[in-house]
Amino acid sequence: MFDLLDASKSFGGREVLSGFNLHVEPETTTVLIGPSGCGKSTVLRLMTGLLRPDTGQVMFRNEPLTTANLLQARRSMGYVIQEGGLFAHLTAGRNVTLMARYLGQQPDKIQKRLGELVELVRLHGELLARYPTELSGGQRQRVSLIRALMLDPDVLLLDEPLGALDPMVRFDLQTDLKQIFQTLKKTVVLVTHDIVEAAYFGNEIVLMRDGRIVQKGTMKDLVERPSEEFVGRFLAAQRVGVGNSNDPSRASGRANQ
Amino acid sequence: MTNDETKKNRIARRRSRSSSFRHSVIRISNLIRHSNFEFRHYPPLLALLTIALSSCSKPSHVTIASKAFTESVILGEVASQLIDAKGVDVSHRRELGGTRLVWDALVNGQIDAYPEYTGTLTNEIFANQKIETPDQLQAALAARGVIMTAPLGFDDSYALGMKEDAAKRLGITTLTDLAAHPQLRLGFSNEFLDRGDGWPALRKAYGMTHASVTGLTHDLAYRALDGASIDVTDLYSTDPEIDYYRLRVLDDDRHHFPSYQAVFLYRADLNDRAPKAVQALRDLEGKIDQKRMIAMNAAAKIEKSPESAVAAGFLNKTLGIEGRSMVAGFWQRLGLRTLEHLELVSVSLLAAILVAIPLGVVAAQYTKAGQVIIGVIAAIYTIPSLALLVFMLPVLGIGWRPAVAALFLYSLLPIVRNTHAGLLGIPLAVRESAATLGLPALARLMRVEIPLATPSILAGIQTSAVLNVGTATLGALIGAGGYGQPIVTGIRLDNTRLILEGAIPAAIMALAVQGAFDLFGRLFVPRGLRIQKPQ
Repeated sequence: MFDLLDASKSFGGREVLSGFNLHVEPETTTVLIGPSGCGKSTVLRLMTGLLRPDTGQVMFRNEPLTTANLLQARRSMGYVIQEGGLFAHLTAGRNVTLMARYLGQQPDKIQKRLGELVELVRLHGELLARYPTELSGGQRQRVSLIRALMLDPDVLLLDEPLGALDPMVRFDLQTDLKQIFQTLKKTVVLVTHDIVEAAYFGNEIVLMRDGRIVQKGTMKDLVERPSEEFVGRFLAAQRVGVGNSNDPSRASGRANQ
Repeated sequence: MTNDETKKNRIARRRSRSSSFRHSVIRISNLIRHSNFEFRHYPPLLALLTIALSSCSKPSHVTIASKAFTESVILGEVASQLIDAKGVDVSHRRELGGTRLVWDALVNGQIDAYPEYTGTLTNEIFANQKIETPDQLQAALAARGVIMTAPLGFDDSYALGMKEDAAKRLGITTLTDLAAHPQLRLGFSNEFLDRGDGWPALRKAYGMTHASVTGLTHDLAYRALDGASIDVTDLYSTDPEIDYYRLRVLDDDRHHFPSYQAVFLYRADLNDRAPKAVQALRDLEGKIDQKRMIAMNAAAKIEKSPESAVAAGFLNKTLGIEGRSMVAGFWQRLGLRTLEHLELVSVSLLAAILVAIPLGVVAAQYTKAGQVIIGVIAAIYTIPSLALLVFMLPVLGIGWRPAVAALFLYSLLPIVRNTHAGLLGIPLAVRESAATLGLPALARLMRVEIPLATPSILAGIQTSAVLNVGTATLGALIGAGGYGQPIVTGIRLDNTRLILEGAIPAAIMALAVQGAFDLFGRLFVPRGLRIQKPQ
């Protein structure tokens, strides 16, 4: 679905990504993980076209992203960020349907889709009449997710979608999100700094450091066959593999308890 | 028609100006007076929408102007009422401004006639032409398409005066007599003391040797004379205080002071357009002597009668003409001025909104251009209001247009700045969210960014509107009417009541505008932007 080919990106002289290569298979969940500043959000922003690479290429469905096809490509992507990025002047319902209304979709079609999504995302329908500031953090993220899914995109890009939520809310949403990913069979790219969350969601985990990929593989690969010493240190820092390094299920276990 | 109605129509005619809006203003004001019509039933906004900027004046209409001092206003009133009595459609632009402004307006054809002084013509307007005879003056005027009437009969020149009883006691009637009494204490206005043609020249001309010469303000000088702390002061020979304080004007027996004979100036083409109006001006030649003018000035300045009533009284007494005092009643005046003021404020504000919001958007989009745009508009904002109004005159003439243009320029900065700040204040995450939805740039601007910046933009418009209500009062200085009119007159006549008649409604309108915008914000700013984040 996505191919980053030898992509590099600098901000103010500091190179955030250098010679970066990544292939994302359709209908998989890829998790980008790594310490702050490793470039994982930059990868996601390259995929949405919010950033353009200084060198190299970003391919979407085997075609380079250009100014000409960007708007169309974005309509095939749903993007969710940490704070939700909802529009404060619109109710949750109008936030969600903004794009569909802009595209001139039939109101009954929009309502039908909205009904499906409210159910899928487990949001109380009456909350759609509220403004973003009248919603809790978790509710806002659910609304943001509905907005991302409204046009039934092939791809979901999530940048720390649960990062600002308290643990209980976060737990519920993790469970629901995984359910949704499995139901919808979409290509998902998720950015997190939480290895437990990464293990819980990801078919493929991409561990990054200083703008390059340290290791790519399943959680099991990372734990059992770390490509370098940093992998072990990163996992240990989040208490993964400590004392029971051969059991990656412990990681997801915490999320399921 | 009843007498009352005739009067109303006359008021309307006098007040009427060229644009159709003006006529609707008059219609409205008549309606207000005639019936139980209430203001609120006629939304001013509707009236504003009817503004047509057609400025071609009717050929038969005559516009008289006056300068911003009492004597000039009285003479303007006398002329207007006399012309009106001859059945000519006439209006009087009172207190239009200083000499230069009124002269330019006459030459450019924005007004048809105004009272002037020969000394001002030779010493000020044609200062570089060395004019010595009346024929030379007529020729110089003719070259500019202007004709001068014969003198009206009085001379408003510099003079010295002292208390009548003291003068009598000392036997002083002329300046030569004064020179023979060097013990007398002289108190002059600072201007007279410093001007080359004032005290220094006078002293030389009469060989005066007075030891006690002090400078003080003109108003204070009369009181000082009355309290006998000075004996002699400078004055204008038609000052009403001459009567009030029982002063003797000393005869300039060596003809030192230049002559300031009052005349009317009118455009040469007025003869063809309205010969009756010219006839009326000619009728006044030689009819107003020194005494009469002093009495009229006293009636207006000291007894505080309206100039129009003073003028009407004069016409009645000297020409036997039923001069009609065309002063409107308080509520009608207030209604007219309110509409004039609202028109100035809202037209300039509306234009500013249409220009400033796009400029703010551009400024927010392009950093470099933004700096230039905001820099230029801020620079305009720093020009003092009065200076800006005067800059407009050569381009836009007098009256409504330059006032609206100046107010428009002043209104830009708060709106541009707040639009700019409001757009830049939108969090990056929100702007990116709109982009990643796949909305094109214009749709993002219209559906997301501008709505999110609405509270800020609205606050900018509110600031402009409230400032505009205050600044628009200065419009009266260039003949734009509004609440500034009574303020200007009140300052001139030192009449607090008149000043308040303009200042209080202006303050109320400012508060009302403030309140209206608050209400508007509550009704039209999406609730989501008014709720404080519960954090």
